[in-house]
Amino acid sequence: MREIAVVSSAIHQVEALTFKTDVQLMVSLINEARDAVDLVQADVGFTCSGSSDFLAGQGFSFVQTLDAVGASPPINESHVEMDGAFALYEAWVKLQIGEIDIALVYSYGKSSPGSRRDVLAVQLDPYTVAPLWPDAHAVAALQARLLIESGAVTAEELAAIAVRSQRNAVGNPNALRASADVTVADVLATAVVADPLRAADLAAEADGGCAMVLAAGDRARELCDRPVWIRGIDHRIDAHGLGVRDLVTAPSATLATIHAADRAGFGADSVDIAELHAASTAQAHILTVGIGLGHDVRIDPSGGSLAGDTLMAAGLMRMAEAARQVASGDADRALAHASSGPCLQQNLVCLLEGD
Amino acid sequence: MGSLGEHIAVLGVGQTKYQSTRGDVSIAGLVREAALRALEDASCTWADIDAVVIGKAPDFFEGLMMPELFLADALGCVGKPILRVHTAGSVGGSTALVATSLIQGRIHQRVLTLGFEKQSESNATWALSLPQPFSVSINAGAGGYFSPIIRRYMARSGAPELIGCMVAYKDRQNALLNPYAHIHQPDLTFDQVVEAPMLWDPIRFSETCPSSDGACAMVLGDEAAGDAADGPVAWVHGTAMRSEANNFPGRDEVSPQASRDCAAEVFAKAGIVNPRSEIDVAEMYVPFSWYEPMWLESLGFAEKDKGWQMVEDGSTEIDGGDLPVNCSGGVLSSNPIGASGMIRFAEAALQVRGMAGEHQVDGAQKAFGHAYGGGAQYFAMWVVGASKP
Repeated sequence: MREIAVVSSAIHQVEALTFKTDVQLMVSLINEARDAVDLVQADVGFTCSGSSDFLAGQGFSFVQTLDAVGASPPINESHVEMDGAFALYEAWVKLQIGEIDIALVYSYGKSSPGSRRDVLAVQLDPYTVAPLWPDAHAVAALQARLLIESGAVTAEELAAIAVRSQRNAVGNPNALRASADVTVADVLATAVVADPLRAADLAAEADGGCAMVLAAGDRARELCDRPVWIRGIDHRIDAHGLGVRDLVTAPSATLATIHAADRAGFGADSVDIAELHAASTAQAHILTVGIGLGHDVRIDPSGGSLAGDTLMAAGLMRMAEAARQVASGDADRALAHASSGPCLQQNLVCLLEGD
Repeated sequence: MGSLGEHIAVLGVGQTKYQSTRGDVSIAGLVREAALRALEDASCTWADIDAVVIGKAPDFFEGLMMPELFLADALGCVGKPILRVHTAGSVGGSTALVATSLIQGRIHQRVLTLGFEKQSESNATWALSLPQPFSVSINAGAGGYFSPIIRRYMARSGAPELIGCMVAYKDRQNALLNPYAHIHQPDLTFDQVVEAPMLWDPIRFSETCPSSDGACAMVLGDEAAGDAADGPVAWVHGTAMRSEANNFPGRDEVSPQASRDCAAEVFAKAGIVNPRSEIDVAEMYVPFSWYEPMWLESLGFAEKDKGWQMVEDGSTEIDGGDLPVNCSGGVLSSNPIGASGMIRFAEAALQVRGMAGEHQVDGAQKAFGHAYGGGAQYFAMWVVGASKP
């Protein structure tokens, strides 16, 4: 495998980007990521992005966002209708071929103009499930209910995960939900939104975007002091039907971790930090077990997606947040996770390491 | 191949019948039909497939958001990686190229790639015309967008008025040789093509593509898989992708720079100096008839402003032409949008495998597959050959 590193990233996330378009948002983030390593678009060999037409309310919405990159002269470029973490994967594959040394990855999502929990219902089986219009919170609650009833976790333990996220998020300018002194009792005193989940158990819906520059080998070492090497990356998917899966497990997260660890030469038991892309505290628990994170791993030092969850970009943001922990020297090895679909159907795991 | 990485072989191709409504199958049933045919053609089973790359145009066309999630089961993908590509109309081609890169980068040995659209589930004109805040929709559809560009081509090249009709008549005749094609009009005459209603001047109803349901799949393999295949395979000789912005001063919308750059790269990688003489057959993305001469020029098969002459003198016909174009009937005869680009790539592969049936070009050794999308901004191309590069 060719050595590929994250050399810079830019993140912006708020509750609602009321006065900014996707293009305006990405102009500043893409420039920030390129400027940080003194690159211009002509230096970039491949560009890959992720977004959703259903959020933009417009077919081919990503075509306009190309204006934020500056695709004149023409560029070598592709787009996935997936979280940006999968665009990162595609860029990593292109870098493996050896034709290019630098890639730009970005993704963005602006769900605030609509009702996101309802929009996500159209991800479900269009013939037998979506017509019932089960909203995303209700689907997440089914999974959390099963988890509690399995005896694996209590409502108090889920609240403790919410508290961990909010406390870690203090100082993260992109977090929507942060508090230094919130307690489990505080969380448990709040109303249930979708039984058994409280507002603090559900990821804070956000608008935002993320841009990242990847570079290969010596080029990465030239561009920054401490490249964050992608030692292993893999993604897997589970069956779609909620009734055919054991919702208290995430087999595809486990499988992706095994394959990523094969490439990396180290696994989830030897990372210092992990950033998880979970839609609920119950999912954070399922992932912690399924990925096999050790007890001394610092989970979600940024607050994770629970503190701010931009649809289509939250996964790429996890990669960026984990990479920042390594780049700053706060961690030597990190695990970053992204997910897609209802109840953790699809999972991507990336293992990062500093020199 | 003049580029790095592993050699890639097209081991199998599978297509559904293209038609306006495939009411007999669900979306899952549609994609599975194409996938199973590709597996059978490749002498593979689901267990042989390492990963799936799926592509389609906007999710509004079916009203299903991120359909790879729902389709994971139907595509035998549980426990495997799946990627979903979306690059506008070029998506079928781009999807095949993302699958190609997974093998080229030595991540996987066998990848199933598939493009589909089931337009009958929704309404394409609605899906493309959703009102946007603070902006006025021209509600022109794709034909309204491209017709001024075509008129620009006619003006600058001096092409005779009926060149577009000649392309449309040729492609509809070719479609009769392809059992999968959507539009079969055995009694169509050239006069009927000319007399058809004008939709977006100069594009007649007879010169535009249909809305289709359908799926197209390919099984791609690495060099070892290609060598081990019993039947003929198509070897990938070169690939390229390019994108450019929709609007900027001086943009040549008739022959976008992204198109010219993409063609230059794909032919360079394939070691092709003179595309006209070295390519035996081309499958090009021609949703409106006039795009055949326009792309012939942009891609380097004809000199600037001379592409229409190749149409006029029959050079692009399957019988007697030196560069038959769209022997399958092309996008003009079948247009499941998300699959349309992949069909071009797959038909190119079938030609060099000698498996194109009645629309086979005898002895085709090198074939060209092409797709474009957006406002003629997104391009994906490949060159495949009967022998290993």
